[in-house]
Amino acid sequence: MSIVTASPVPRNYEVIPKTSLDGSELDGELLEVAMGPQHPSTHGVFRMDVVLDGETVVKLKPVFGYLHRNHEKIAENTSYLGSMPYTDRLDYFCSLTNNWAYALAVERLAGLQVPERAEFIRIITAELTRLQNHTSVCGFLLQDMGALGTPLMYAFREREKILDLFEALTGARMMCNYMRFGGCRCDLPPGWLDRVRKIVDDFPRFLDSYEALLNTNEILLARTQGVGRLPRALAISAGITGPMLRACGVDYDIRKVDHYGIYDRFEFRIPLGEHGDVYDRYMIRLLEIRESLKILQQALKAVPGGPVIDPKAKLRGFRPKAGEAYGRIEGPKGELGFYLISDGSPNPYRYRVRPPSLINLTILEDMCLGQSVADAVVTLGSVDIVLGEVDR
Amino acid sequence: MIEEGLKNELAKQGVVLTTLQELYNWGRGNSVWPLSFGLACCAIEMMAASMAKWDIARFGSEVFRPSPRQADLMIVAGTVTKKMAPQVVRLYNQMPEPKYVIAMGACAISGGPFKQGYNVLKGIDRLLPVDIHIPGCPPRPEALLHALITLQKKIETQALTGPNRPRHLDAAAPSEFPVPEFGEHDIVPAMNPRLWKPTPVVR
Ligand code: SF4
Repeated sequence: MSIVTASPVPRNYEVIPKTSLDGSELDGELLEVAMGPQHPSTHGVFRMDVVLDGETVVKLKPVFGYLHRNHEKIAENTSYLGSMPYTDRLDYFCSLTNNWAYALAVERLAGLQVPERAEFIRIITAELTRLQNHTSVCGFLLQDMGALGTPLMYAFREREKILDLFEALTGARMMCNYMRFGGCRCDLPPGWLDRVRKIVDDFPRFLDSYEALLNTNEILLARTQGVGRLPRALAISAGITGPMLRACGVDYDIRKVDHYGIYDRFEFRIPLGEHGDVYDRYMIRLLEIRESLKILQQALKAVPGGPVIDPKAKLRGFRPKAGEAYGRIEGPKGELGFYLISDGSPNPYRYRVRPPSLINLTILEDMCLGQSVADAVVTLGSVDIVLGEVDR
Repeated sequence: MIEEGLKNELAKQGVVLTTLQELYNWGRGNSVWPLSFGLACCAIEMMAASMAKWDIARFGSEVFRPSPRQADLMIVAGTVTKKMAPQVVRLYNQMPEPKYVIAMGACAISGGPFKQGYNVLKGIDRLLPVDIHIPGCPPRPEALLHALITLQKKIETQALTGPNRPRHLDAAAPSEFPVPEFGEHDIVPAMNPRLWKPTPVVR
């Protein structure tokens, strides 16, 4: 694959000359707008410096760092287990998948085995996380398009049901801190699987009504189709992952590619888009929810008994031998990876997060150039960023 | 002052007696409009509180305003970093009086889990006058509702005149606070000495 550098629209920061009806030239001026860090549609403390020619975006500069919380530095100064709660706060919508990615990296580093039951619990919690993340994202996207309140309320109603499950399992709604190296922290509470089953069975009903209301809605189509297009080659060379990449039609899902966990045992498909526009990204997420439901249904039938944590795993005084490891999973937002270097001490020598949100955000300018500023807002919404992960 | 018993007796007859102060505070307390302003994880719980399950509308605060000019309450929901702190103070300065601040979550109170970080402000009360602190990481939506009720109680007790009057009725009280700037090592000023004094170290 050749490296693509050309952006879809030539980057000229000059004013496009405008003419009035009688042919005489009009004065034009570029307008520079700083959207954010406090702006209702920037999904947290994110700033876009946009240069506008009228309504058209001619330049867009993302400004990060308003939520830089020194995650990596703190992690290098604390024990391996001590960073587990911090990973919750990376992408605060999906704490359980963050936990899993980190646990996976440490397990590779220390060579720990995960018992079968724990693998099932991990898959169930990860797919539930994907459900609630994708529903909320679709709600936020519609909120950015001006559907104030209602779709987001619906999404959060479903999200709350899943958060109740997380609370029953882990004790916290959002910051679950549940995975441990070599398994999970505690076993399932009684009756938990039945509650999951009920939610999984009810979810398609919600999806059907949501899709019936929205998928062919004229305003939604007009605001999303052909907007924020991302060329396939650019997506690949920029390292985009997750639903963003698959919306461009690239068949790449780490669950299938990397065979981590026990995803090989389940049957599910990878939905692919074609145009790489905002509408495709929205639809991919809805279709992915349905695939996740399939995984959940299969997993719920087969949860075995047994321990939930490797009996050899030592939680206190954990010192992996010197070496390095990279663990990655398909998070709801894309490839979430943790890279660890150990020098044999209780703290990691280097701890690095590969955040999908940040890398997916790098091509924001290429998607927005030449479009109106209102479309830039929608395009940003469709990238699905969480600032905790972008800035860390 | 009217006796409480007489007031109740009259209310049964359909006569409502009140004072201007009570009416004023009643109106103020039941329409506290928050600024829709989220910083980090806690903002998601703030959003959850405004959704159907917790329904902050029951307390008259569902109108989240994106513009500080229309807001009465700033919920500092999340980690305030040194890069963000100047904007937080600037937003506060842009809000009209009467205005209140809720510090939501461990980060807004003290820096929370990220306190040891080099880029994290160790509590927003160094720069802004905080009315209510909510502990938790993140606090549950119920805790936010409880904070809101506590704030309403506080508003109810404020008198129109006298020493207990709210800040906006006191010409001598400041309504704007200095916006910090980036210094060489830290934001300058790192704190507002009128609001916050370091705890003396006792050895
Ligand atoms: S208090 Fe906890 S949940 Fe709230 S912003 Fe800080 S880290 Fe996030």
